[in-house]
Amino acid sequence: MTRSVWKGPFVDGYLLKKADAARNASRNEVIKIWSRRSTMLPQFVGLTFGVHNGHKFIPVLVTEDMVGHKFGEFAPTRTFYGHTKDTAKRG
Amino acid sequence: MARIAGVNIPSAKRIEVALTYIFGIGRKSAQDICAKSGIDISRRVNDLSDDEIMKIREVIDSDYLVEGELRREVGTNIKRLMDLGCYRGLRHRKGLPVRGQSTKQNARTRKGKRKTIANKKK
Repeated sequence: MTRSVWKGPFVDGYLLKKADAARNASRNEVIKIWSRRSTMLPQFVGLTFGVHNGHKFIPVLVTEDMVGHKFGEFAPTRTFYGHTKDTAKRG
Repeated sequence: MARIAGVNIPSAKRIEVALTYIFGIGRKSAQDICAKSGIDISRRVNDLSDDEIMKIREVIDSDYLVEGELRREVGTNIKRLMDLGCYRGLRHRKGLPVRGQSTKQNARTRKGKRKTIANKKK
């Protein structure tokens, strides 16, 4: 079910402040965020966010295409290394 | 035999059904097309006149995205997700279900035929 349009995109409020600060201050700084549930807004384009994946902060450079997606979509929380190959027949 | 929207040649069925042979047109849009071109749903394709078929063609051309064009759009949408590096794109790349379905069992539509790993036990 898609979110109702009248509510507008969901963003945790403090992100706006952080983004503003980053924009005014020296650029190219990774903004660490835990808010994976927030939507990427047009004013975030060009900023780099470190999105928490429960373990590390994954750097994500927001591009125009990403607007409308959530931050969490770009920081996978699971690592899958593949199934172990059966190394020669045991025994 | 009538040719509508490129390659499709629907048979001696009711137009309502025959139109659904076109990729991108289901039962509902088929009915809408009939209504717009003023043709009764229950008539068979072979007793439609050329004019009526022309009319259907016009409605489809102007209002609906079908066949190759639609396929291309779907393809570019998927490609966009893959290039973006978002979760849905990763799932597309790996050929796994995209919408959060369980993959412990089944998920065969996306995964394809089972790849058996022989001699797992000892």
